[in-house]
Amino acid sequence: MSHAPALDDERPTAAAPQKRRVSANQRKLNRAAYLFITPFFVIFVAMLIVPLGYAGYLSLFESRLIGGETFAGFANYVRALQDPDFLASIGRMALFFVVQVPIMLGLALFFALALDSGRARGSKGARLLIFMPYAVPAVVATLMWGYLYGPDFGPIAQIARSVGFGTPDFLSPENILGSMMNIVTWEFVGYNMIILYAALRAIPSELYEAAEIDGAGQFRTAWSVKIPAIRSAILLTVIFSIIGTFQLFNEPSLLNTIAPDAITNSFTPNYYAYNLAFINQELNYAAAIAFLLGLVIAIVSYVVQLNEQRRARKERSGA
Amino acid sequence: MRNAPRTALKLGSVAAAAALLLTACSSSDGGDSGASGDAITDEQREEALNTPTELTFWTWVPDIQNEVDLFEEAYPAISVTVENVGQGAEHYQKLRSALEAGQGAPDVAQMEYQYISSFVLSEALLDLEPYGADEISGDFVEWAWNQVSPGDETWGIPQDVGPMGNLYREDILAEAGIDEAPATWDDYADAAQAVKDETGSYISNVGATQAGQMIGFMWQAGAKPFGYDGAETVSINVNGTEAKQVADYWTELIQADLISTDVDFNDEWYQGLANGKYAGWLTAAWGPIFLQGTAESTSGLWRAAPLPQWSAGEQVSGNWGGSSDAVLATSENPIAAYELAKFINHDEESALRLATEQFLFPPQLSVLEDPAFAGQQLEFYGGQEVNALFAEISETVDTDFEWLPFMDFVYSSYEETVGTVIAAKGDISAALDEWQTELTEYAEAQGFTVE
Repeated sequence: MSHAPALDDERPTAAAPQKRRVSANQRKLNRAAYLFITPFFVIFVAMLIVPLGYAGYLSLFESRLIGGETFAGFANYVRALQDPDFLASIGRMALFFVVQVPIMLGLALFFALALDSGRARGSKGARLLIFMPYAVPAVVATLMWGYLYGPDFGPIAQIARSVGFGTPDFLSPENILGSMMNIVTWEFVGYNMIILYAALRAIPSELYEAAEIDGAGQFRTAWSVKIPAIRSAILLTVIFSIIGTFQLFNEPSLLNTIAPDAITNSFTPNYYAYNLAFINQELNYAAAIAFLLGLVIAIVSYVVQLNEQRRARKERSGA
Repeated sequence: MRNAPRTALKLGSVAAAAALLLTACSSSDGGDSGASGDAITDEQREEALNTPTELTFWTWVPDIQNEVDLFEEAYPAISVTVENVGQGAEHYQKLRSALEAGQGAPDVAQMEYQYISSFVLSEALLDLEPYGADEISGDFVEWAWNQVSPGDETWGIPQDVGPMGNLYREDILAEAGIDEAPATWDDYADAAQAVKDETGSYISNVGATQAGQMIGFMWQAGAKPFGYDGAETVSINVNGTEAKQVADYWTELIQADLISTDVDFNDEWYQGLANGKYAGWLTAAWGPIFLQGTAESTSGLWRAAPLPQWSAGEQVSGNWGGSSDAVLATSENPIAAYELAKFINHDEESALRLATEQFLFPPQLSVLEDPAFAGQQLEFYGGQEVNALFAEISETVDTDFEWLPFMDFVYSSYEETVGTVIAAKGDISAALDEWQTELTEYAEAQGFTVE
């Protein structure tokens, strides 16, 4: 490896004549390094690259119940781009992303700042409690919320009825997206909070001292010092959320058993791909959908990242 | 299979003859196919049943090990591994995956009637005719046998069926001034009004996304929504006259808020049955025992009756659910596998135990007539002989009803097109048209000829 400074420092004089020996040593080191990363690459290739390649290959074929498999070129992709169900599911997730992610990350940031300020009492316990929903498996969480949302016997509906608000229908086709946003927010606020909190802890304390000397209060410090300092961590949570949102699967799949009339087969792109593959038996088309979905996620993530970089550059040149 | 080699056929005819002798030996009292002293001992069958063999059997029937034990007792050379890989959709997905992968598929698999044709299409099932299936066809109710044997081939041995009837709360109906179960659908609509007015309950619930129930109603009304010739032609007619008659009937009751449309088989629905939100359940023969476990607190208040009729004086019913045991074409021990599928569902002791211990509603005539089964008086239904009633209903199920070879899609499409409309209290007839369009488009895209 190129960066082994310790080795070079030890034998500064022997550099030229002993080049062979050093590089033999180097080779040994290199071998060790490769050896250490081999397990990762073996699994990476076997479990990700190969299936991905196979899915890509499959997506170029068309298989019918009668007539079997034929090469179709990009026909599946053309069909997907014209498939109103697929496009609607992407649109639904875009809406989900635009509404839910700011709420979730705003809350996560708020909690992280509150915990970091050191003013909240019992912050350790609070940290754990906020994080706990993330430790609950999504399957269990969705089932639990399904019960809480129940129109007849769910506690929320019962309370609403007893105070005269009527029965809120969380599981109707109009409301299910909001109900799902609530579940996902509940699940992932803690997770994002921990990322942001860890980043906050890493800010050097000199910055706070300087801010204090300049007369900045808690809120000013949070706004002008803390948030800019953890911008890259915030970006990270945004990227995670993009990926998470477009890949939503557990929630629609489980809510489907409770509210099959509200969750359509193409509620989310991932769920659509699953249904295409296992219900419609259109495996090849499902592969194409999955590939397109990956593409959408990559593009959105890239645009967000690019935007952020451009802003950072502008700010730097402006300052 | 359709192009089964001739040797197999020859072999089969010999085997069929031998079946007579073997059943005589294995079943406790000779049973239906006793007699016949001229039966020829079939070497293949004898050999297959005496060669140490391992079979795998995929099923989700609880405690079926009990019946399998009986089989292993009768044929000690054969050992059977029972595997439960999931219920319903999951089971079929795994089965398809195993078949696709070319390994790991079982020898015998549980197969609901409506899924048979999709596996016939992929040539995954073994035709049981050459193995002697026609010998036992007469021992099952006719319409059930038609389900496994729509043409010349037989694809499975019927295990249980679900002829439909009406379970209702006698006390709630009495409160509304109704002393007898409604005999016709018109009566039922009147009763629904009375029940709603007097007690606030719904006379029953139509599960918004429950295709099985709605198809059962269509079956009763004489609709023939699906058809499949076993090759490349399907017929799809989910929006025919009879189907629309059913659809319009329910649309009217649902829009008048006399029938609820809650999604069934979830907690809300279970509680609705237990607490009187629904005063009844139009269900299948597997329903009575199921309900008994679900609504324990209402024991003694329920009664069973036939489905209301479209014309007074008629007795017609439909079917909802039930399965068979099929032998996979990939099985290396087809003779033993067939014997297993047959034994489980045909041996008198085994079949009776399925009916009285696992509460599968039997398609076997011997069980239906057995007083140990038919005479059971259920406390939950005020001591009524519910089994005897459903045994009678079973004889009134329309005999010819076919399925499409892609029922997964049919059900999922039903949820999308009809289910959403029922939930929104919309026009079900119009939704049937949309369902028809979706099904036709799918069938054509999959290369079928649609009639």
